[in-house]
Amino acid sequence: MDTILEMRGITKEFPGVRALDNVSFKVRRGEIHALVGENGAGKSTLMKVLSGVYPHGQYEGDIVYDGDVKSFSGISDSERDGIVIIHQELALVPLLSIAENIFLGNERATRGVIDWHETNRRTAQLLARVGLSERPETKVAHLGLGKQQLVEIAKALSKEVRLLILDEPTSSLNERDSDALLQLLSEFRDRGISSILISHKLNEVSKVADTITVLRDGAAVSTLDCAAGAVSEDRVIRDMVGRSLSDRYPSRTPNIGEVVMEVRNWTVHHPIDSQRKVVDDVSFNLRRGEVLGIAGLMGAGRTELAMSLFGRSYGTGIKGEAVINGEKSDISSVPKAIKAGLAYATEDRKTYGLVLDQTIRRNVPLANLEAVARGAVVDKHLEGEVAEEYRRKINIKTPSIEQATINLSGGNQQKVVLSKWLFADPDILILDEPTRGIDVGAKFEIYTIIRDLAAAGKSLIVISSEMPELLGITDRLYVMDKGRFVGEMASADATQEKIMSTIIKAGG
Amino acid sequence: MDQSIAQSEVKAAEPGAQASFLRKNMREYGILIALVVIMAFFQFATDGILMRPVNLTNLVLQNSYIVIMAVGMLLVIVSGHIDLSVGSVLGFVGALAAVMIVQWDVNFVLAAIVCLAVGAAIGAAQGFWVAYYRIPSFIVTLAGMLVFKGLTLWLLAGQSVGPFPPTFQLISSGFVPDLFGGENFNVFSLVAGVCLATLLLYLAARARRQEHQRGLVEEPFAFFLVKNVMIFAAIVYVSFLMATFRGLPNVFIVMALLIAIYSFVANRTTIGRRIYAIGGNEKAAKLSGIRTERLVFLTFANMGMLAALAGLVFAARLNTATPKAGLAFELDVIAAVFIGGASMSGGVGTIVGAVIGAFIMGVMNNGMSILGIGIDYQQVIKGLVLLAAVIFDVYNKNKG
Repeated sequence: MDTILEMRGITKEFPGVRALDNVSFKVRRGEIHALVGENGAGKSTLMKVLSGVYPHGQYEGDIVYDGDVKSFSGISDSERDGIVIIHQELALVPLLSIAENIFLGNERATRGVIDWHETNRRTAQLLARVGLSERPETKVAHLGLGKQQLVEIAKALSKEVRLLILDEPTSSLNERDSDALLQLLSEFRDRGISSILISHKLNEVSKVADTITVLRDGAAVSTLDCAAGAVSEDRVIRDMVGRSLSDRYPSRTPNIGEVVMEVRNWTVHHPIDSQRKVVDDVSFNLRRGEVLGIAGLMGAGRTELAMSLFGRSYGTGIKGEAVINGEKSDISSVPKAIKAGLAYATEDRKTYGLVLDQTIRRNVPLANLEAVARGAVVDKHLEGEVAEEYRRKINIKTPSIEQATINLSGGNQQKVVLSKWLFADPDILILDEPTRGIDVGAKFEIYTIIRDLAAAGKSLIVISSEMPELLGITDRLYVMDKGRFVGEMASADATQEKIMSTIIKAGG
Repeated sequence: MDQSIAQSEVKAAEPGAQASFLRKNMREYGILIALVVIMAFFQFATDGILMRPVNLTNLVLQNSYIVIMAVGMLLVIVSGHIDLSVGSVLGFVGALAAVMIVQWDVNFVLAAIVCLAVGAAIGAAQGFWVAYYRIPSFIVTLAGMLVFKGLTLWLLAGQSVGPFPPTFQLISSGFVPDLFGGENFNVFSLVAGVCLATLLLYLAARARRQEHQRGLVEEPFAFFLVKNVMIFAAIVYVSFLMATFRGLPNVFIVMALLIAIYSFVANRTTIGRRIYAIGGNEKAAKLSGIRTERLVFLTFANMGMLAALAGLVFAARLNTATPKAGLAFELDVIAAVFIGGASMSGGVGTIVGAVIGAFIMGVMNNGMSILGIGIDYQQVIKGLVLLAAVIFDVYNKNKG
């Protein structure tokens, strides 16, 4: 196989930081090349250099593509050569149809008049290639994330893509959709389309990648050839963090006490389609010092269950009761739920978790402002001390608590959200996808925080789509499918296969 | 131990930090510098008429109702909304006051209290739809603007109603009497100005000392010194100038109190914090247990009350209520808030910024009128200043 892309000695500096330091990177024609590294290692920066977001002249080094030295001056430049990047946050217009999205900016038109027949015909072809059975007129807003991802890929195909770059394509997909996506990449490989896959999910990387390049602190530390034999995840992690993580989950000895919360016959209806049950007659209990997991596929109703429990933040027609510490609790609004000792750290940090433009100092006490105020007057010094305390205690990596949270990496943003809820001092903490999109090192820190909280007598509910994570950190698991709890098992006895077969049996 | 480390870090960072601190806080200093530059320009261009005591007093009186409304508008805009109805509400309340006092002979104190209550109720009615039914504030208050413009006409039956009794006029044409009995010089005004300036200086110094003790000082000392000396000198100088005319206008005291109270509420209280959080990210604020609906509702009710207060001040100043009162005032108020650095999307802005923004507009109006520049050019220039201020903001934000 020959080389389609070679990046030679790429160096990119921002004021005060060297984001890329003499990185060389080679992709062969028709391979899946995985690019891994912790957050801030320089993966995205490298891809932005490649796709022309940082135009020629703003970096040092050469990009050789298809045998020629290229100097892209913008994304449209690189797209003309068949380099297409699909970002983690999808760039589709929700209220336009699939066809309109695919040909946005590239309309099938003669003299400004769009040929809808041709547009829809071409779209149908492209959708068939990515294995998506939807009509071209369907609005993107009606599609799930997995299907939206496929629309993005179809859009890339419409641009005659030869080198496809995917930035964390599966971070918000469930297992089934992820597998389908990876399968698609393998098919592309067979047809000669090369892919660069940026991912934190090492199991996926080792499943499909032909070559793995590990970036650390802006430098390429190793390139591993999977053809020469399977590459172990531990090896990759060692290169990523620069040390070996002997264990991916902190060890703990559970100390589980009495039941602190019991939820009975909890039913939630969809906020718009009020006939549809999103959570259907769910009952469960939670004990002191316990880490309880809720497993399930995307769309099983886990987030909806958690948010409806937390002050009815989701859904309509909510029925059922919640008994906390032996008393039937009123948790019908968020302030009441907080008062009852509940906290909910959201899966979507940017939309639901943080006031992004504000500083860490202002975000941390937000759910418990009274505790840093005398009467109605906020004590700024106390507020600063609290934020500083959490910065140290749970290791938020930032020069100062005066940093706006929008400038933090995903892992550090997650730590700010956690700090906010820890400061509210709940008894029961619901963590929804607590490690989504954050790197291996920060994940371990989050797991450690969870362990310490349980050890301190708090009770935790962890929702996660990563099954190894659930198996690694929880004591007990409920399996959720289509709004119902379909299984309960001790985590020590559980396996991924067991969880999946529980879901499949329930579905059949 | 920790403290001494933090302090030595601060000291070591100081020389290089000045430039970066200035860059980071460009907006705050920029607006103050802009006001000073604009004042200096007109002082020069008008051969010193701008800063004459009589004109200075006039300037305050002319802009008082804009400043009063800008204070409320800032909170509305920070919470992520807008209120287009304030001009009409101002006119309506002025008309109501005139009808009550002039036609029905209601006692003016009672009438004023009723007017403020009516203003708050109008704000609350609009806030109700915005907060609890999620109707866009732009639409609700656009409707309010039309409704109250119409009601003003109806109430006044298309006529001007006046004049007010002299006691009522004192709201805006009265001056604080000189308790020290000065003849041609209002000693009390000067003393009050010096006291206020000293108090501000003391508070600033105390806050800085406390920050220092905790190793949180960010502002370089030179900036702190220059800024506070300038503020001190400006307050003392203005109160001296006013003392040589008739002393401090009553409205000036009202304005100063409002600015102080609302700055405190915005910066230091839990309510203020929560309003900024709502504007920054409403969903996150809600999930943090903040009662977002109630706060938005209250913000609008407060705006209505302040518009009513401005209505009283304006009616007292004109000494009559006219159907045209308040026409297009909402635009001046909103422009002042945005010139003062507030963000269209909410979550950003300061009370002091909005007040300075109002005075930038006021000084330009006043200065250009003295120079005899036509109303046509005045509008064009004001529009361009608003645009420039916001461009400056966005540019700064993208760079930072």
